[in-house]
Amino acid sequence: MSDRIRLAFETVTKRFDHPRNGGLIVAIQGVDIRIADGERVALIGPSGCGKSTLLNLASGLDFPSEGRVRVDGVEVSGPNRQVAFMLQKDLLLPWRSILENVCFGQEIRGMSRAERRDKALAQLNRFRIADFAEAYPHQLSGGMRQRAALARTMMMDPDVLLLDEPFSALDAQTKLVLQADLARTLTESRKTSFLITHDLDEAVTLSDRVLVMSKRPGRIVREIIVDLPHRDEPLQRRRLPETARYTGELMNLLDIGHAELV
Amino acid sequence: MTAVINLLARKEAWGSFLLLFVVLAVWEWLPGAMGVPVFIVAPPSRVWAEFMRLLDVERLFLHTAITFFQVMVGFVLGSLLGMVVGYTLGLSKTAEFVLSPYILALQIAPKVAFAPLFVMWFGFNVYPKILVAVLIVFFPILINVLGAMRTLDGAMVNLARSFSASKLQIFWKIQFPASMPALFSGLRIGSTLAVIGVVVGEMVGGNNGLGYLLVFGEGQANTPMVFVAILLLTFIGIVIYGLVVLLENRVLHYLPRAATTEKST
Repeated sequence: MSDRIRLAFETVTKRFDHPRNGGLIVAIQGVDIRIADGERVALIGPSGCGKSTLLNLASGLDFPSEGRVRVDGVEVSGPNRQVAFMLQKDLLLPWRSILENVCFGQEIRGMSRAERRDKALAQLNRFRIADFAEAYPHQLSGGMRQRAALARTMMMDPDVLLLDEPFSALDAQTKLVLQADLARTLTESRKTSFLITHDLDEAVTLSDRVLVMSKRPGRIVREIIVDLPHRDEPLQRRRLPETARYTGELMNLLDIGHAELV
Repeated sequence: MTAVINLLARKEAWGSFLLLFVVLAVWEWLPGAMGVPVFIVAPPSRVWAEFMRLLDVERLFLHTAITFFQVMVGFVLGSLLGMVVGYTLGLSKTAEFVLSPYILALQIAPKVAFAPLFVMWFGFNVYPKILVAVLIVFFPILINVLGAMRTLDGAMVNLARSFSASKLQIFWKIQFPASMPALFSGLRIGSTLAVIGVVVGEMVGGNNGLGYLLVFGEGQANTPMVFVAILLLTFIGIVIYGLVVLLENRVLHYLPRAATTEKST
């Protein structure tokens, strides 16, 4: 980890037109986040607090109403090569084989057929789904599909991975395995990650830092440094008694148990 | 071929054959037994005899070929036109907004009612028939394509955008392939409608084609001839529908089998 800032939100505010009454919705307000190279940051908050808006801003699909988003110090003016995202939905194209899906991004970027095929196969090997290279998405289980989505994201070789509840649609056991795969991959490739999640355990076990966002308009209300061992082994970290202390603190911050806002 | 053999291996298929046999037998004997004259219901034996006679003296093959040709051309042109307009409207909100009231009006208008008009415009040749078929095929294709473009998951487009895809790439790599299932259900509907369009055109004006034979047979009170024309028209419809299904199975091979219709195995 170095001091170089990979992803920065500088007092970012985002407003949307209200779909019906013609007014404005303030999705996020005055958000300041700086994520250093190699750092793993998780963001939690109540539903509808604008977490996914942050991801769209970082990936250049949308732009802030106020403030700036920078990737590697450069203001984001559109989609760029430094970031790649992965969502809860795998977004695998049903008419493409798994291999072709993993190739998709580089195909658009113009990488040669042979090169992208080799690289995609390497990614499939890394995520242990090489046997399914020629299969179509509907033939795979949810966990394998999400692995393929992860492979497609890594195929872009981004500096920053934006992860929007990537495992929330999976069953509990598959989720644990994929979290471990993700942690290992992030370590091997020395990537920076920004993980948006509802899962407090996931936030604590996969991150160096957890940011807590308020309900709309979303602000960062708290930052918790996760000072726990087993950074690359979420399964080990999950077993630590201190992990429960962290998640307990997050539950209190989110007012879980005596609130209607989650 | 193996598909046919597999089909024959199933018990239900034999049930189907038996039913056909029973229906033919009832059709052959029952009307006569009940005193229904041949010019009301022609039994299969008379229809077959008329079929052989028409082949011999009325150039039946030529009439069938002409109708088939018009149906094919009308279907292909109508489908292409429906696709072009459907994708254009799907890509341009403005175009859709400006054109949709007129398209809706034209969709509600009974297309076959245009047949006399087209005959007046073009005369007794293939054009009015093809044009009616084009018009009638156009709408289900347009509506299905447009629907698919509207309901496409925006996240898929965003995924491509995040890879810096151009508008053209987004169309060819996401929107167009994503619309295939809807396009093919439109083509299935269109393939049966094309036959209707051509027949109406032939009935209104012309001196060849199966639609002409229908009217000609009616004028002579030749019920077997009308039956022959109806059966051949159905046959043409089945052939074209079958071609669409064949193409669909190739293009949509990636879909789970349960989701495609009429799969026996």
